[in-house]
Amino acid sequence: MASQPAPAEQTPSLFELYLGFAQISVSAFGGALPWARRILVDRRKWMEPEDFASTLALCQFLPGPNIVNMSIAFGNRLHGWRGALAAFFGLMAAPVVIIITLGLLYLRFGQIGSLKGMFAALAASAGGLIVATAAQMATPLIRKTPVTAVPIIVGGFVLAGLLRWPLPAVMAVLAPIGLILAWRTRT
Amino acid sequence: MKGSILTTLALQCSMLALLAFGGGINTVVPELQRQAVDVHHWMDARTFSDLFAIAQASPGPNMLIVCLVGLKAAGIAGALVATIAACAPTCLLTFVVSGYWDRIRASPWRAVVQTGVAPVAAGLIAASAFLLSKSADHAPALILITLATAAFCYFTKRNPLWALGAAALLGLTGLVS
Repeated sequence: MASQPAPAEQTPSLFELYLGFAQISVSAFGGALPWARRILVDRRKWMEPEDFASTLALCQFLPGPNIVNMSIAFGNRLHGWRGALAAFFGLMAAPVVIIITLGLLYLRFGQIGSLKGMFAALAASAGGLIVATAAQMATPLIRKTPVTAVPIIVGGFVLAGLLRWPLPAVMAVLAPIGLILAWRTRT
Repeated sequence: MKGSILTTLALQCSMLALLAFGGGINTVVPELQRQAVDVHHWMDARTFSDLFAIAQASPGPNMLIVCLVGLKAAGIAGALVATIAACAPTCLLTFVVSGYWDRIRASPWRAVVQTGVAPVAAGLIAASAFLLSKSADHAPALILITLATAAFCYFTKRNPLWALGAAALLGLTGLVS
C-alpha cells in the first residue's frame, strides 16, 4: 500500500467512492484535477493534501490520463480492485454517455447551417487552447535549460507535426536523448 | 469488415494510451490524427478537429476524443471499444505500480524519467496545436479565434471553457466561416 488509508469513519464505501468520482467527472469542465482536489481533499476529506500530492505524482509519472490513473490508485488503496473499478466507473460513466450523445448529434446535424459555423469556431478555439497548453509547458523548460530543451521541443514538433512520423518512431529517437540529457544534468 | 475496424481501434487506442507520457492525450493527438485521417481514412482532418473540440468542451477526461474517433469509425460499439482499449492497459499499470510507488518515487531514475520526457511531451503538444489549428482554421476569422483563445488561456488563469463558449456563440451567428 502506498500510504495509510484515512481513519475508519472517513473511509468511503464502494458506492460513495463511485459517487465521489462521478461528482468529479461532471464538474470537470476544462480539466479534472483541480476538481479532484476540491472534492477528495477539501469537501469529502478522504485524502490529506500531502497524500493527494503523492498520488498525483504517481499519476503524472505513469502514462495515461492523470485523473483516470488517480481513480484507479485511490480506489485500489481503499478497497482493492473493487474500489478501483468503482472509482473508475464513477469517473467514466456519465462523460461517456454525454460525449457519445454529443458525437451523434454532431455527426447527424453538424453540417447544417449555423451549427456548422458553431463547430468550426469551436474547433478553431480548441486549437488555440492547445497552442496555449504547449506554450505553458515549453516556457519553463526553455527558461530552465534552453540548450537541451529547445532542440528536443523543436525535434518533437518537426517530426510529429511537419514530417508526420509515427509516434513510436518519434519516441524512439527523442526519448533516449531526453533521458541521457536529464541523467547528465541531474542534481 | 466492422470486426476488423474494432480490432484496429482497440490496438491503436491501447498503444496510444501507453505512449501518452508527460502530457496526457494531447501528446498523442498527432498520432491519433495520422491513424484516423491518413492511414485508415475514418474521417477528414476537419472532422477530426471538430471532434477534438467537442471532447474539450465536454465534461470528463479529455482522452474521450478516442471515444469520438471510435464513434465516427464504427458507431457506438466503436466508441466503447476505443474508450475501454485506451483505459485498460494504463489502468492495469497504475493498479500494479501504485503498491510500489513509495519505493519508485525515491529512486533517482524517477526524476530523470520525468525531466527527460517533459520536453518531448512539450514538442508533441506543439505538434498537436499546429495540426489541430491547421485543419480548423479555414477562414481568416477562425485564425483570429485561435489566436484570441491562445492568448486568453496563456495569459489568464480563467477556465478555458469561457473561450470555447464565446467562440461557439460567435460561430452560431454565422459571421466567422
